[in-house]
Amino acid sequence: MHGFANPARFLRIARWLMPLCMGAGFVVAFGALGWGLFFGPAERLQGETVRIVYLHVPAAWLGMAGWMGIAAASFMELVWRHPLAGIAARACAVPGAVFTAVCLITGSLWGRPAWGTWWVWDGRLTSMLVLLFLYFGWMALSQASEASDGGRNRAPAIFGLVGAVNIPIIHYSVIWWNSQHQAPSITVGKSAMAGAFLWPLLLAMLGFTLLFAGCVLARMRAILANQQAEARLRRKALGAAY
Amino acid sequence: MQESAENMAQTERMAKGTVQGTIKAKHQRLVLLVIALVVLIGAALLAAWALRNQASYFYVPAEIQAHPPESGRAVRLGGMVAKGSLKTEADGVTIAFAVEDGKARVPVRFKGIVPSLFVEGSGVVAEGHMGAGGVFEADNLLAKHDENYVPREMKDMTREQAEKVMRETTR
Repeated sequence: MHGFANPARFLRIARWLMPLCMGAGFVVAFGALGWGLFFGPAERLQGETVRIVYLHVPAAWLGMAGWMGIAAASFMELVWRHPLAGIAARACAVPGAVFTAVCLITGSLWGRPAWGTWWVWDGRLTSMLVLLFLYFGWMALSQASEASDGGRNRAPAIFGLVGAVNIPIIHYSVIWWNSQHQAPSITVGKSAMAGAFLWPLLLAMLGFTLLFAGCVLARMRAILANQQAEARLRRKALGAAY
Repeated sequence: MQESAENMAQTERMAKGTVQGTIKAKHQRLVLLVIALVVLIGAALLAAWALRNQASYFYVPAEIQAHPPESGRAVRLGGMVAKGSLKTEADGVTIAFAVEDGKARVPVRFKGIVPSLFVEGSGVVAEGHMGAGGVFEADNLLAKHDENYVPREMKDMTREQAEKVMRETTR
């Protein structure tokens, strides 16, 4: 793992891995969406609105995966001071927040025809909204700490680990508590979803996950390039002063 | 010259000490962080456990019958719409049905437009209050979708048939 601690080696790998993830993700995600939206069946009770699931579930998964990425990177940052950990955490935040917002919006659009309401304050919806606010808070803190303690990322790393408590709460909210939101349809090795919905959904999840990975790699490259440019400017400024 | 060589040796010794120091510090940080995480997760689980009743979005019929809320207090009742219980009253807009959870049954009355997913044998969340004679007076009905996704082609099958088809297709 510490082999990747060298940013130069990371950049060499990211240079070809990033376009690969982006390209494959684009093809798989939009192929799955096309399959689900145009060729998949309508649902018995929900009718055509079931098709929102092909965007909603991948978005929910990646919103949560984004924070799991922040938490894992924060752990590496705090314990091993891994030089890329803070950068990886910062790269996960924006895509994670975007997917969380997409999940909330698509869920609301589905809830109106299916449940008869745009929004209810049940355990699942509330904890997902809390996740979005955690992302906003984390991004603000990360920017502030970058400006103040020279990118040491201590405070955001602690916040990232503490905020991870919300992830199991989101997942188990529909199991622990009575809620408006239904229980999970797909659990390990079992599906309450007919194959005609399940396969395009799993494909969409794979595709959006690849796109997410591509975004994170691209953002990490951008942050590293930015840091290099700043370091060079600083050296130049020092050179000019002497 | 001599002096600078001595300096270099000293710097090297110091560097070695720092390396050992950082390995020890790493272990310390790892242990501290793992303990902190365990405590944090324990606290979160305790909080979730304490919230298990308060954080529920609705009461099920068994809870309503065991601890009836005082009449007039706004509560939510959730469960399945009992098969064969849904009736439209003479005025054409008031409906009456029973909500059941396998243990108890609560009669419900509602006047208004129902969501499209509201059917017998499906989940419902009714917002309202307990009225006279143990009838729940609902002001608002929300349909609850369950975790089963069944294509429209199977809609004429009974639930059992559809579940059998799904078992065969999805393993």
